[in-house]
Amino acid sequence: MSKWNRRQVLKGMVKGVGVTVALPFLDYFLNGNGTALASGAPMPVRFGTWGYGLGGTGKLFVPQQTGPNYDLPEELSSWAPIQNDVNLFTNGHAFPDASPNRNHYTGWVVSRTGVAPDAGAGPSETIDLTIAKKIGGATRFNNLTATATADARDTYSYYNASTPNEPEWSPLAFYKRLFGLDFQDPNADEFERDARVIARQSVLSAIMDQERSLMKTVGVADRERLDQYFTGLRQLERQFEQRLTKPEPIASCVPPGQAPVDVAMDQSTESVKIRHQMMAELMAMAVACDQTRVFNMTYSAAFASTIRTGYEKPHHTCTHEEPVDEKLGYQENASFFTRRAMESWVDFVEVFKKIPEGDGTLLDNVLILGTTDVGYARTHSVDGMSVFLAGRAGGTVKSGHHIDLNGGSVAQVGYTALRLMGVDTPSWGTLSNESSDVISDVLV
Amino acid sequence: MSLGMKRSTPKLGQWFRGAALSLLTLGVLASCSPADPEPESSGTLPLTKLITAEQYSNSLAYIFGSGIDTQVQFAPVARNEGLLANSLATAGVSVGQVQTIQSVASSVARQVMNVENRNHLVACRPEAIDGADETCAADFISKIGRLLFRRALTDNEIATFVEQASVSAQELDGEELDGDKLDGFYAGLEVVLEGLLLHPEVLFIVETAEQDPNNPEQLRLDAYSLASRLSFFLWNASPDDELLAAAESGELQSPGGVERAVDRMLESPRLVEGMRAFFDDMLVFNEFKTLAKDATIYPEFTSVTAQDAREQTLRTIIDHTLNKDQDYRDLFTSRSTFMSPALAIIYGVPAQPGWAPYTFAEDSPRAGLLTQVSFLALTSHPGRSSVTLRGMALRERLLCQTVPEPPPGIDFSVVSNPDAHYPTQRQRVAAHLETPSCAGCHRITDPIGLSLEQFDGAGGYRLTENGATIDATGGLDGFEFDGAIGLGEALSQNPELPRCLVQRVYSYATGGPPEIEARAALDYFNEEFAADGYKLRNLLRTIALSKSFTLIQQSADEEERLLATNSSQ
Repeated sequence: MSKWNRRQVLKGMVKGVGVTVALPFLDYFLNGNGTALASGAPMPVRFGTWGYGLGGTGKLFVPQQTGPNYDLPEELSSWAPIQNDVNLFTNGHAFPDASPNRNHYTGWVVSRTGVAPDAGAGPSETIDLTIAKKIGGATRFNNLTATATADARDTYSYYNASTPNEPEWSPLAFYKRLFGLDFQDPNADEFERDARVIARQSVLSAIMDQERSLMKTVGVADRERLDQYFTGLRQLERQFEQRLTKPEPIASCVPPGQAPVDVAMDQSTESVKIRHQMMAELMAMAVACDQTRVFNMTYSAAFASTIRTGYEKPHHTCTHEEPVDEKLGYQENASFFTRRAMESWVDFVEVFKKIPEGDGTLLDNVLILGTTDVGYARTHSVDGMSVFLAGRAGGTVKSGHHIDLNGGSVAQVGYTALRLMGVDTPSWGTLSNESSDVISDVLV
Repeated sequence: MSLGMKRSTPKLGQWFRGAALSLLTLGVLASCSPADPEPESSGTLPLTKLITAEQYSNSLAYIFGSGIDTQVQFAPVARNEGLLANSLATAGVSVGQVQTIQSVASSVARQVMNVENRNHLVACRPEAIDGADETCAADFISKIGRLLFRRALTDNEIATFVEQASVSAQELDGEELDGDKLDGFYAGLEVVLEGLLLHPEVLFIVETAEQDPNNPEQLRLDAYSLASRLSFFLWNASPDDELLAAAESGELQSPGGVERAVDRMLESPRLVEGMRAFFDDMLVFNEFKTLAKDATIYPEFTSVTAQDAREQTLRTIIDHTLNKDQDYRDLFTSRSTFMSPALAIIYGVPAQPGWAPYTFAEDSPRAGLLTQVSFLALTSHPGRSSVTLRGMALRERLLCQTVPEPPPGIDFSVVSNPDAHYPTQRQRVAAHLETPSCAGCHRITDPIGLSLEQFDGAGGYRLTENGATIDATGGLDGFEFDGAIGLGEALSQNPELPRCLVQRVYSYATGGPPEIEARAALDYFNEEFAADGYKLRNLLRTIALSKSFTLIQQSADEEERLLATNSSQ
C-alpha cells in the first residue's frame, strides 16, 4: 500500500469508528440441526498436539487386545473416562535409518515430522505448523503453544531447525494473552472499533513496505529468517484487521471470569498437574472462542524433569538408575511418573469434552495427536512406541480403538492426521518413515 | 564407537606452525606491519543476529532510562558450542514471538508518551498537543530511531514515520482511552514509536561489510556494524550516542579511533553489565530460571537461594576480574566472595543484611567458584548430588571439552545398580567404571565429581552420606587430590582453563563458534592473555582491537550483497 493510500485509509476509517453496534446474542448462528454454522459452513475442525516424555513400561502400558473395548493395563487405567474418545496406536517404530539414534529426540521428531534428524540438526517443520499453514490464518492466533513444565524451552513444535515455537509457561501470562485486554468477546453486546488499532495497522504497513530493501542487505540464509519475521508481521496485521471486524457470536465461548493465580513454578508432579489443568482449560476455551485452530501442549519434556516429592531423582534420571523392583517386576518410580502423565492426558482430552459445541462437544470437532520420545522408558528404545489420536475431527474419525502398528513407522499416524486435517499430500516423511497410506481402521 | 573425549580446542601449536608457513609461502604477510604480532586473519563472516531480550531491554533502558519497564522474554535459543550467543546468528523469530514483541513495544511506547514521562523523554515541545507538529515529530523520530536502529535514519525513513505520526495525531486526538482523552501529538508519536520498537532492523543486528581502504582486496565491517559489534560484545547493549557519533564522523575507523572507543568502553561502568551477560552465558546460568530443589529433601534451598547463588558467583567474578584486575585462574582458588542472608544458611556462616563481602577462612573447605552454591546446585539433581553432572560441567563449561552422550539403545541394566542402597555416591557410580561401554566417558567425569562429594545437591557441606564417611579423593588430567580445594588448584593450573576462556570470549565477541581459520588468532590471543597475567580486561581489549574482530571474509554471498548495495546507491 502506498503512503497516500494509507493516508486515505486513515482518513476514511478513523472518523467512522466509535459507533456502537448492539448485537443480539442468540443461538441462531447455528443451523437447525446445530451441526453447522448458520452460513452453511461446517464447524471448523481444529488440530492439537500433546506431548510427554519417556514412553511407558512395556506390558504395563500396552493393552493385550486390539480393536474397540480393549483392556486397559495399569499405566493406562486412568483412561477409562476417555477410552472411547481416543485411538491408541502401539508397537510403532521411529526409524533412524542413516541418522544417529539421538536419545530423547529421534522418537518424537519422527512422530511429528516423519524425518529422522541428523546429528546436531534440529527438527524440520512439525506437523502442527504444517497444518497451521492451512487453517491457522483465519484466527487471531496462528497457533497456541503451552507447557506445563514452567520451562520455556520445553516445546515439541518447531517452525524449522533453528526456530522453536516457544511455549507459554505461566497460566497467568497465558490468560492475559488470550483473554486480557485485547480479547474481543464474540458474544459481547457492543462492538467498537479502536482507532488506535487502525493507526497501528497503518504504521505496520509502512514498515512492511521496507521489506524489499532490507532483504537486499542480508545473505541468502538470513533472507529466510527475515522472511519469517515478516510472516509474523503479516499475522500481526491480520490480528489488527480482526480486531476491527465485528466477530460472529459463538455460543460455546464462555471466557474465564478471572485471571488464574500461578502455582509454584516447580516441577513436582502436583504442580505440573495443576498448571497443566489450568493451561488446558484456557487453551480449550481459546479454541472454543475461535481464537486459534491449532494448539500444542507439553506435559513433560523428552528429558522429563518431573519430580516425585520426597524422591531424590527426576523422572529421566529415575528411568536410568532405578533398579527394577523384584517383587513388582518393574521400576516403581518410573511407572509412577508415567501414570501421572497419563492422568494429565485424560485431563487434557476431558476439557475439550466438557465444552458443548453444536449438538455434541468440542472434542467432536478436534483432532489431537499425542506423542512421546521412546517406547520402553528404561532402555529408551525407539521401537515399541505409542501414539495417541483423540477427538473425532468433525465426524470423520471413529475413536476408541487400539491399533497395533506392527513395527511400522509412527509417522503413519502423523500422515493420517495430516490427511484428516485436509493437508493434501501424497506422502509424508522420508526413508523408512515415509508414509503414504492413511490408517483406515480409524476412518468413519 | 569411540567414547573418547572430543576436544573442541584445536591443537594450536601444531596448526600455528603449519599455518604461518603456508601464509608466508603465499606472501600474504607482506601487508602485515613488522611490528604487528597478530597473525594475518581473514576475519569472520558478517552476521545477522537476533537481539536478545537482555540486549533489547538494556538498549531501551539506555535510551529511555530505567524508569520505563522494559520486561520482555524472547524464545530461548539453543546452546551451540558452549554458548547461547553462538546461536543468535541462526535463530529465527516465530509468529507468536512477534506478537509478544508487539505487546512489549506497545507498553513501552505508552509509558514513554504518558503525561509523567513525555516532557523529559521527548526533547522538543510541539506547538500544540492536540495535533500534528512535523518538526518536533521529526526531531524525536530521527534521534530515537538512530539509537534504536544503530544508524542514522534516511530522510525517506524519517519522512515516512513523520507522516504516520502526523496523520495519527490528527485522527487520534480526543479519542478516549481508559477514560482519558488522547492528546493527538503524543498519541501519534506513540503509535510510531511502537512500530519502530518492533521494526526488523531493531530486532535483527545486521552486520554489513565494506572494502578496507587500506587493502582493497580485503573487506571489513562498516563503521556502524563495527560500533554494534563492539557495543554488544562489551556492554550487551546497542551503541551509545558517542559511539554512533564516532562511527558517523569517521573517527571510529581513523588511526587510533577504535583504540579510543574500546578504551572508553572498557573503563565504562557498563562493562560490568556486559561481562555479567558473558559469564552468565558461559556458566549456563540460564538454567537458574528453572532450578528447583525438592523441598522435602532440601527445605533450606528456596527460589531466593537460587537467585542469590547466581548473583554471588557473578559478583565474585566481576569483583575479581574487573574491580581487582586479578588473574582469571585464581577465581578457582580464591576465598573472597560475597554473602547474602539466604546463602548464609546453606554456607552455615553468620548472616548480614543485604550483600556483603565475605572471605572464607583458611581452614574452610571452600575456595573458588567450584565450591560455590551456583556450581554445586546447578550440577545436581533435585534431591541429591551428581558426580557425573559435576564432572561433565567442569569439562564442558570451563575447559571447552565435549563429553559425549551415552550411546543410544544402551542396556541401562548394566549401570542400574542392583542394590540402590549403597550409602555413598562413590559406591553407586563404581558400576560405571567397571563397565567398558560406560567407562570411557565416566572415567573423565566421575573422578572430578567425586572430589566434590562433600557438598550435597543444594551445595551444603557434609562429611557423611547415609552415615558413611565420604571419601573425596579425585583426579583431573594427571593431578590427584583429596577434596574440592585440590580440585580447584588442579583446575587453576590446567592450561585448558585460560584457553577455554579465550575461545569463549572470542566466540561471544564475533557471534559464532570459531572457524578453523581462527586458530592462529586464538593462539595469539592465548599468548597475549598469558603474557598479561590472565587479566580479563586486557583480553577483551586484545580481541576487540584485533583484525579477526573487524575483518570480514570474502564470500560469493558477500560480493553479491556489496554489488546490490553499490548499485542501489
